[in-house]
Amino acid sequence: MRDVAVVSFAQSKHVSADTQRNEVETIIPVVREAVERSGIDRAEIGFTISGSCDYLSGGPFTFVAGLDAVGAWPPINESHVEMDAAWALYEAWVVLQTGTVDSALVYGFGKSSMGDLHEIMALQSDPYYVAPLWPSMVDLAALQACAYLEETGHTEADLAEVAARSSRDARSNANAVRSGDVDAADALSAPIVAPPLRELDIAPITDGAAALVLAAGDLARQLCDRPAWIRGIDHRIDSQAMGLRDLSTSESARLAAEKAGVADGLFDIAELHTQFSHEELILADALGLADDVVRSPSGGPLAANPVMSAGLIRFGEVAARIHNGSVNRGVAHAASGPALQQNLVAVLEGN
Amino acid sequence: MAAGDALVAHHVLEYPGGYTRSVGPVIGRYLTGLREGRITGVRLADGRVLVPPLEYDPATADPIGVDDDEFVDVGPSGLVESWTWVAEPRPGKHHLDHPFAFALVRPDGADTAMLHVVDAGSPDVMRVGMRVMPRWAGERTGTLTDLEAWVPQADGDVPTPPEPSGATEPVSGVVAPVRLEYDVNPGVAPTRFLHGLAERRLVGERAADSDEVYVPPRGSDPKTGHPTEIEVEVGPKGTITTFCIVNIPGLSDLAPEIPYVCAQIVLDGASLAFFGLIGEVEASDVRMGMRVEVVWADEVSADQRSIRYFRPTGEPDAAYDDYKDFI
Repeated sequence: MRDVAVVSFAQSKHVSADTQRNEVETIIPVVREAVERSGIDRAEIGFTISGSCDYLSGGPFTFVAGLDAVGAWPPINESHVEMDAAWALYEAWVVLQTGTVDSALVYGFGKSSMGDLHEIMALQSDPYYVAPLWPSMVDLAALQACAYLEETGHTEADLAEVAARSSRDARSNANAVRSGDVDAADALSAPIVAPPLRELDIAPITDGAAALVLAAGDLARQLCDRPAWIRGIDHRIDSQAMGLRDLSTSESARLAAEKAGVADGLFDIAELHTQFSHEELILADALGLADDVVRSPSGGPLAANPVMSAGLIRFGEVAARIHNGSVNRGVAHAASGPALQQNLVAVLEGN
Repeated sequence: MAAGDALVAHHVLEYPGGYTRSVGPVIGRYLTGLREGRITGVRLADGRVLVPPLEYDPATADPIGVDDDEFVDVGPSGLVESWTWVAEPRPGKHHLDHPFAFALVRPDGADTAMLHVVDAGSPDVMRVGMRVMPRWAGERTGTLTDLEAWVPQADGDVPTPPEPSGATEPVSGVVAPVRLEYDVNPGVAPTRFLHGLAERRLVGERAADSDEVYVPPRGSDPKTGHPTEIEVEVGPKGTITTFCIVNIPGLSDLAPEIPYVCAQIVLDGASLAFFGLIGEVEASDVRMGMRVEVVWADEVSADQRSIRYFRPTGEPDAAYDDYKDFI
């Protein structure tokens, strides 16, 4: 395997609803910042890939418009995934493994505020057996939360602890759209949205973008004092038939973590792509996280959830801490699909 | 249209009539069963019964549901395995018009749960492990909602099968309506362009390091990714680079009669062709290189429809070399 590292990361100042800038205008400064921090000239980057979802804005080929932000002339070697940009990072990592390029720009973007995100995401469920009933992504998550609480004996108070900690941690995250001095009792008294989930158990609607640059081997060492090396990365998917899954656990996350080598060492932090509070508890079990691993110190997606870059940001949050020397080893996790159907897990390390 | 400073356009994404999908023999068998008031699962090689049925074994990917004897009717009653409550049903989406539960229900005799709704009246009634029985729709056509809802089953309640639907053909397809609504903001640069239209001006933009003028601007020079922040007024005249004669009625409110012409027009001073309708000329007289000018609507606003169409200026046609790079 070729050594590949995150050498720079940038994200937008996320907001609940950006009524001024369009997607391209949101991406421009983020891509520029990530590229400038990497030290590579834009034209020298070997591969460019984005993650986005056209349904967020309801326009066809919105992802192509996103290319207007990166400078694509003369034509560049580029690709796109209709998924969170964490999966774009995975594709870039594979391309880097082929040895045909030494660097890659990965970015994700989305403005969830323009449509009804929770309803839009119903369209990614089974088109024969599920989507015609229009369960929202919150409804489907709530079914998983219910199954988890029933199976494990945990209570809504445990969910509230997660939600409250996210808000408190996010006080030091300038990019958060939800933060505050919240305790579990506050979270537990918030209005119920879809039982057992309350307002603070559910990620806030967020507009934003993120970008990072990957580099291989010597180029990474040359560009960055402390590259965040991707020591292992894997993604797995559970059945699309929710009734076939044991919703109280995540077999795909467990397997991805095993293949990524999460069990091979100790961690300082784990940034988890948790759009709902109960997902952190399920993932902590599936990933086998020790109690002393700091979970989503940024506040995670419960503090800012720019859809289609929120998973990539988990990589960026871990990498940025490795870059500045505050962390040596961390787990980055991204999820896709209803109720944690698909999970991507990576181990990032400073040395 | 304007809310404060920000422009907003309401946008509906809808495929008229819905998506039509073929369902194949396995899903078709399930839907045909629902039409007759039966819940049909499929038996795997290891004896487990999946409901709703899949075409493949989820563990081995072996085909299943090939032979009639692999199908087995389950229920009619079942157990709630997990649930949540929908306090505000969405009109046009949810088929029940009053609050209900979404639940995973495992029918008696099945080894998996199916997602559907429970019409329980109140979330206080709902709990994991509760017994439910089906309530069938009066008119059943082979859709998921032929099973209108599960309902709580008290001791002594006996589920009653519905009358046969009378239909004879197996269900072979479904229609899935999709309608999503958006409030779209154009962005900073397109907003500047739209405000220009309200003053009968066509305003393009360029980046500081380039002479290329983009109209309408989207905020970046797509060649470099650099922001376009320098405004450049273009037009109102331009040259048709290519065009299309439309003979399909009803595509545009702006062109009520066919045939009409839509064209790519490179506005004088612009580096990118611009889309517009062509008016005040016979469709058969429109040609590449024709010189045209903007005709404004009687009332203009920050709206693309402020441009009514473009009409010929009567000037000599542009030479091909002058516009060939914009085709």
